Amino acid sequence: MNEFLNIALPKGRLGEKAYDMFQKAGFPCPEVLNPGRRLILENTDAGVRYFWVKPSDVAIYVERGAADIGVCGKDTLEEQAPDVYELMDLGIGRCRMAVAAPGGFTDDRSRTLRVATKFSNVAENHYRKAGRDIDIIHLNGSVEIAPIIGLADVIVDIVETGTTLRENGLEVIETVFPISARLIANKSGYKFKHEAVRKLLDGLRNAAEDK
Amino acid sequence: MNFDIQSLTDTEKITLSLRNLYASYGYRLYRMAKFEEYELYAENKDFLVSQNVITFTDAGGKLMALKPDVTLSIVKSRRDDTGVVDRLYYNENVFRRPKGSQNFKEIMQVGLECIGAVGDRETAEVVTLACKSLDMLGRDFIVDISNLDVVNTCIGLITDVPGERKEILKRIGEKNVHELSAYAESKGVAAELIGQLMELAGLYGAPEDVLPKALDAARRVGASEAYDSLAATVEALRESGYYRNLRIDFSVVGDVTYYNGITLRGFIDGIPECVLTGGRYDGLMERLGKQSKAIGFAVNIDSLERIRVPSAGC
Repeated sequence: MNEFLNIALPKGRLGEKAYDMFQKAGFPCPEVLNPGRRLILENTDAGVRYFWVKPSDVAIYVERGAADIGVCGKDTLEEQAPDVYELMDLGIGRCRMAVAAPGGFTDDRSRTLRVATKFSNVAENHYRKAGRDIDIIHLNGSVEIAPIIGLADVIVDIVETGTTLRENGLEVIETVFPISARLIANKSGYKFKHEAVRKLLDGLRNAAEDK
Repeated sequence: MNFDIQSLTDTEKITLSLRNLYASYGYRLYRMAKFEEYELYAENKDFLVSQNVITFTDAGGKLMALKPDVTLSIVKSRRDDTGVVDRLYYNENVFRRPKGSQNFKEIMQVGLECIGAVGDRETAEVVTLACKSLDMLGRDFIVDISNLDVVNTCIGLITDVPGERKEILKRIGEKNVHELSAYAESKGVAAELIGQLMELAGLYGAPEDVLPKALDAARRVGASEAYDSLAATVEALRESGYYRNLRIDFSVVGDVTYYNGITLRGFIDGIPECVLTGGRYDGLMERLGKQSKAIGFAVNIDSLERIRVPSAGC
């Protein structure tokens, strides 16, 4: 039952980049890049099985043991705080979690700060450390419009180039933490498939050094 | 009494088998009240796995709680006698709020506590019983073992600020060596110390592979005594047949206020989470004003729900 190392990849460009690193590290499965409608692909010779899953679900698959290994953004790890090992910074998908506000914004400390975000736990933790009283407005998308239409004072969101913010009259006022894709592992899978996990880690490190 | 063992569920069979195992080693069943004064948990919040507690006011106006933990109640009520070894086991339900859930859950635990004049012999006995507990489930199992004092001595050289210790422990627990290094650098920690901590945090494997590597790092940070105690405990299991199930893992961490010395985590093949947690907790004893030493572990019965019990196991 242990013959396959199960790896959850986030659907999209980040997952494709991560797969490229994995196949160079000795875990190829060529069908991964041409899956058709299939979401589970395996290479018996290499002892690896890949799943394509929604990026925000990768940590759940790994924490619950459906996957032994996963590729997950630091933003999701901070938000969901899954009980997993974080084995490596893959150095891809770099961006940052930031606080943004309309140009010229100043924080009025006499009032509760209204914060719109998809990352409620991240925002709460950030402002708790700063001792700032906030009102979280949880949104599932288009967070940038919240300050413009008066729904929130600031937003806490992922910023890559800042173009979307600028086009909506917002600017970054604070970086919360840098983000990149991390290699995560299920705690039990790490132990029972240790040889394969170690081989993957060594392969990834060697590939990074060869760059 | 007419009784058919086949009428029991698998988790009931596991529970009874564990109780039988502990009783055969001279452990006595310890029954406790369902409720406990809330104050006990408020004062030892960091000892609890889940800090949310169900409370209510009793008829006398006292704030009470449904037990979120068993060890605290046993330790509190036990007479402090350092001259004897008390061997106790329990089969109790605790009430906790699982991570990510808004609701409380009733969780069944079976475990044991060895309290009093606890020495190397008792420590080896408890580790052996932890292995036997998992072995009876009929699947491949691994027991991660560490001595918290090795890592804590190293962290002590870096900082004694509780918040900073917590940040470092969190990253060690995640095997997050890359962030551990960045965090230590940001705090101006000497490169040599960072290297030693990273080396310890990254070690994992069979005792014969890992202990020689850990010896050097432990000596350099002044944790030779803790290393020796870990090596002696592991060595004591060499003849038991469970030596091959042990893995040395310094990422097993715990709050220094409560835990010290040997620490255990048990895993079963096919179950994604840790099913057995335990170790030495002399710090908790001290906090509760006791001179006695203590070691114990708990098996989370709920996490074993999906296991099919081998018929020879009962």
